[in-house]
Amino acid sequence: MASTIRVRATSNGDITEVQALVQHPMDSGFVKDAKGEIIPPHFIQQLTFEYDGKAVFVADWGAAVSKDPYVKFSFKGGKKGDDLKIGWVDNKGATDTTTAKIQ
Amino acid sequence: MIMRVAISFVSAALALTALAAPPAIAADTPNPAADATAFQKFFTNKFPKLKPEDFVNGPYSMNEDLHRQWEEKEQFPPYEFALETGKEMFATPFKNGKTYGDCFPDKGIGIRQNYPYFDDKEGKVITLELALNRCREANGEPPFSYVKDEMASLTAYMAFTSRGKPFDIKIPDDPRALEAYQKGKEYFYTRRGQLNFSCATCHVQAPGERIRAEILAPALGILNAMPIYRSEWSGMGTISRRFTTCNSQIRGVPLSPQDEEYRDLEYYLSYVSNGLPISGPGARP
Repeated sequence: MASTIRVRATSNGDITEVQALVQHPMDSGFVKDAKGEIIPPHFIQQLTFEYDGKAVFVADWGAAVSKDPYVKFSFKGGKKGDDLKIGWVDNKGATDTTTAKIQ
Repeated sequence: MIMRVAISFVSAALALTALAAPPAIAADTPNPAADATAFQKFFTNKFPKLKPEDFVNGPYSMNEDLHRQWEEKEQFPPYEFALETGKEMFATPFKNGKTYGDCFPDKGIGIRQNYPYFDDKEGKVITLELALNRCREANGEPPFSYVKDEMASLTAYMAFTSRGKPFDIKIPDDPRALEAYQKGKEYFYTRRGQLNFSCATCHVQAPGERIRAEILAPALGILNAMPIYRSEWSGMGTISRRFTTCNSQIRGVPLSPQDEEYRDLEYYLSYVSNGLPISGPGARP
């Protein structure tokens, strides 16, 4: 299976704009399935973007974030061709990381 | 209903004798080509600012604010995951070594615009979703659910490879094909459900208007964008899903997916959008 994270980071020399899409069910724990049984909570707790060994964006998420979340932000600095590291951890301890080149 | 049909038939017959018009343009003889022209003209008159190919983008062509949001969304479309899964599935051989491509002309690439088609051996309309499941069964694989997930991923990939190609639905010179078309048309304009809506009530009479928070899509080009990622569903849905949920939303009892009536409906609705480019997979609010 391919990575659960899609990232696009573009720099205009001054500011880097980042867009990311993460594939995750983000079950809140309040929804029941067709049999009437509760779907246990399963959501991303922390999403981190690291540039040059420093976190540039950290999101502490909970059950209220929707399925397959999308994030867009920008930060000062970031050079074309440099790496941006992205990772998430969910409440079941699962993780995924990926590295994207800034364009 | 029968009464009304009878009356209109009688009056049509009267008009015919009075005017001695050739029977070809009698109201009761289906004329798909004329239908399609009139159908498209209705929408282009209703939205004079839009180009014909704008209609395939549904509500995004009807509302500026939505259009801006959509342009942003298309840079990073929510159907990307499904598209990738579909591409992988399409390339993965079945247990017997064959692939989906073997079931379709041109290896299944760039052919979405030709579906649904009328199969003269069977005398029925064959949709892409149906053809995909038949392909699976012919190769000894269990069929997929018609409404979402795998089926949506596969059709998303097939639509993607056909993007920009104009819908090219043909009605062969066969009374059964014409009948299927006519049945589809009747389904489209027949009111049903507790709310007494027809497909046309929303998608012909009121496109661009709001139904609660949503903006209704025009019937013209509505299938060109299928399958779609709907934020409301937080997932992908096929044409079958669109038809069945439409039916339940008007508080009717939906038919089972790929029922003959739905296939006829898809045949009609695709035919009247002939010439408009495939834009699927799409994203809708």
